[in-house]
Amino acid sequence: MARREIDQMHDDDHDPTEVSPDSLLPLRPAVFHILVALSDADRHGYAIIQDVAARSAGKVRLSAGTLYRSIQHMLEQGLIAETRERPAPELDDERRRYYRITPFGAAVARAEARRLAQLLEMARASGLAPAWGRRS
Amino acid sequence: MRFYSALLHLYPASFRGAYGPEMRGILARRRREASSPLAVAGLWVETLFDVPCHAAAAHWDLLRQDLRYTARSLRRAPAFAATTLVVVALGIGANTAAFSVTDFVLVRPLPFLDPARLVKLWENRPGYPRMEPSPANYRDWKRMTSCFEGMGALYDISVNLVGQGDPVRLEGAAVTADLLPVLGARPLLGRLFTAADDRAGTGGTLLLGYRLWQEEFGGDRTVLGRRVTLDGKPFVVIGIMPPDFHFPSRRALLWTPARFRDQDFLDRDDNWLEVVARLKRGVSLATARAEMGVVAARLERQYPREDAHTGATVITLRDELSEQSRLLLAALFGASLCVLLIACANLASLQLARALERRRELDVRTALGAGRERLVRQLVTESLALAILGGALGVLIAVAAVPLLARLVPAALPIAQAPAIDLRVLAFAGLLTAVTGIAFGLLPALRACRGGDLGGLREGSRAGGGRKERLRAALVVVEVAAAAVLLVSAGLLMRALWRLEATDPGFRAPGLLTLRTALPTPKYESTAQRAAFYGRVLAGVRALPGVSGAAYISFLPLTLRGGVWPVALDGQPVAREAAQAASLRFVTPGYFAAMGIPLRGGRDVSDADTADRPFVAVVSQSFVRRYWPDRDPLGHHFQFAFRDRTVAGVVADVRVRGIERSSEPQVYLPYRQVPDGGLPGYAPKDLVVRSPLGAAALLPPIRAVVRRADPEQPISDVRTMAEIVEEQTAPRSRQARLLGAFAAIAFLLAGVGIHGLLSFAVAQRAREIGVRRALGARSGDILAMVLRRALLTAAAGVIPGLALAYAAARAMAALLAGVQPGDAPTFAAAGLLCLLMTVSGSVVPALRAVRLDPLQVMRTE
Repeated sequence: MARREIDQMHDDDHDPTEVSPDSLLPLRPAVFHILVALSDADRHGYAIIQDVAARSAGKVRLSAGTLYRSIQHMLEQGLIAETRERPAPELDDERRRYYRITPFGAAVARAEARRLAQLLEMARASGLAPAWGRRS
Repeated sequence: MRFYSALLHLYPASFRGAYGPEMRGILARRRREASSPLAVAGLWVETLFDVPCHAAAAHWDLLRQDLRYTARSLRRAPAFAATTLVVVALGIGANTAAFSVTDFVLVRPLPFLDPARLVKLWENRPGYPRMEPSPANYRDWKRMTSCFEGMGALYDISVNLVGQGDPVRLEGAAVTADLLPVLGARPLLGRLFTAADDRAGTGGTLLLGYRLWQEEFGGDRTVLGRRVTLDGKPFVVIGIMPPDFHFPSRRALLWTPARFRDQDFLDRDDNWLEVVARLKRGVSLATARAEMGVVAARLERQYPREDAHTGATVITLRDELSEQSRLLLAALFGASLCVLLIACANLASLQLARALERRRELDVRTALGAGRERLVRQLVTESLALAILGGALGVLIAVAAVPLLARLVPAALPIAQAPAIDLRVLAFAGLLTAVTGIAFGLLPALRACRGGDLGGLREGSRAGGGRKERLRAALVVVEVAAAAVLLVSAGLLMRALWRLEATDPGFRAPGLLTLRTALPTPKYESTAQRAAFYGRVLAGVRALPGVSGAAYISFLPLTLRGGVWPVALDGQPVAREAAQAASLRFVTPGYFAAMGIPLRGGRDVSDADTADRPFVAVVSQSFVRRYWPDRDPLGHHFQFAFRDRTVAGVVADVRVRGIERSSEPQVYLPYRQVPDGGLPGYAPKDLVVRSPLGAAALLPPIRAVVRRADPEQPISDVRTMAEIVEEQTAPRSRQARLLGAFAAIAFLLAGVGIHGLLSFAVAQRAREIGVRRALGARSGDILAMVLRRALLTAAAGVIPGLALAYAAARAMAALLAGVQPGDAPTFAAAGLLCLLMTVSGSVVPALRAVRLDPLQVMRTE
């Protein structure tokens, strides 16, 4: 079977090498949170939920449905990948699947962060957001 | 947790399979971590919202993905897509059109308030189960029954409207004040009749139908209270009826109060009313029939002579429709379902073949991790998408076809001419589409995705199992059987039609133009005045170039089924039985010659047969056969229509009641032998003109002649006699043509089915055929092998198909006009056609099998 034929059948799976990170922007908040959560460690689903909640001081609590639909899309888009490396057996649960951010995912997360920073910059310039170090 | 697991079934199976266990794990942990019962409750509320929302979104994701995939794969197989679309569109179009008409006529409630409680009442006399009630019996029924909420009567009227542009002839009904309320009708404007309107001696009042109001009065609202002149008498317009009100049939354009004179109640043998009643709530039809039976029996005891053997018939308004009209539509609908069945079988077969071609692709997808459910879903989405597109095309076809089917809506029903494609019909089309899509998509999809042993990835493997071939063969058998049923049914109806068209009506229809000048009373109450009018018109028309004959008669043959009177011989009491009745018509001299009805003996009526001369009659041969089978009838007497009459002439029989019905013997009376104001309904009004010229050439001079005779006299019902005869068989010929079209589609589809099956089988068996060739089988052997296969499949379909066709033919025996349900030539022809279809469907695959090169087959293997 030719590679092209398989691609045609799965053209919804974007080939990360051909897609520019900017084309996926803006990211949905849940996707960005998940990318951030995976940026420093591989995690399983529940760990992602906990990490997102901790980083946002409990303000963002992903539901199971939001999490796994996002994960499904992100897997298809090549932002994250399932990893076969598992923790020590005494810490593991065989039902769990662990996810790792891909280089493409990291590039997309950086691009989104850049976009958000630019937005914030614009807001500051118009006085809609506080400038650095001048907390009111 | 079990509840959550059940809830997760809302997600697509592929999603559930991938993430279900983890989602359960997460919920379990969050529940453990919940600090209070309130928190647990909150968790559940969140879950109850979360799952359905995300499940719907996940399904939507898949659908979009599948649709994109469908669009791409159909672009790659345009021939397949186009074939499927056309077949689905034809199947659904035919069914939607047939459904819209059938539903409109047979199923949908009539457009009246609570129509199930409306019944029609008839007198039931020997030979005439639906005889119009006499006013006296109607009055007594109304008085003596208790199971009806209301009862009203009507009779048809036909009036000349003068003073709104050209004089026009209008059909309408005279109704008692209670009739319209019984129907639950409400006026669009103005009011309905009251009891005061019924009273004789008060000024006439009039209700206009919506169409008449629009066409003759321009929809002017100030028409209320206006005076109009009907048949020379003034009427005041008191109301307008809504556009969807048609009663007793859609021919009725206006309504006046029915007025009875005292003498109308004297004769219980004077039958001319139609009676409609509304059952009280909770009263069944059976109860009403029982009560009417008791009432009729009491009246029979009370009036032993006039009401002898007179019962009552009670039927629902909807059942007024003749059995034949009902069967006609049922047969049409059945045929359209047959076409859909064939279409589905054909499409399923096509999909099976395609699924096998795509076997490798599906295997690759399986290898890449797509589950069986996911593939089935993809394939069903594809066929549903095709079905929906085809269904939409089908609805367009139906919209175009419905006006053509409108002629199948019997004119006698109180409903509009043509059914509309409304929500109900669209819902039916949608249902059909869904069923079709699933029927031809699901089975092949399940078959194609069974096993998943990746056999397709191994080059050269036999891509389809024997089981699939058997399934396809079964589908083709179904197609052939259904095609056989349709071929036989269409053939039988065609034979019935030919037989009817070949029926001799008793007159020479070609070259006859007819029109109606209905003379209004009281203007033409006197016989002498009428005679003067006829004299002027006939003299003028006969003098026109190219006219070889012209005459007047009360009612043309085939146009009025009634007008039947009892006959008595030599003072015997008048027996009210069908066996002793004859149809009555008044004619002017020259009628038989103009119509081409042969005179068998004696003479025609003449202008000298006046009221002061002996009363004479011209009778038909069947009349002679009944009363004087072995004697010369001329000069014999009989009592008929209040008088003693002498037979002056004998003419050949005419089919008065219709081409398909048996008719009573006919009696023709001279137009002058009737007292002033006597038998007003029978005053001659239909003019027949024999001429080789067409209506276009004849009509203007005839109009001028009539205008000279009476400028206020309208002309209506201009038709050729040939049209009247044709109208007799028009619904049939339309139906036979439709069924013929259905049969042709079925024939074609079944042929394609056989072709597809054999092509597939030959491709499947290429290796086997190659081996046989290598082992010395000759071309003839291979040909015989393929043909044997084709004929066996066809026989498996034709034999049960013909048996089914016989059953169907027996069910519609009433439509066959005497053609036997087991008519051998039709069955033989259908069988031959099926054979032809089989052979022509197998030619190409058989030749392909013969041309197979064994060496090449082996090499590719």
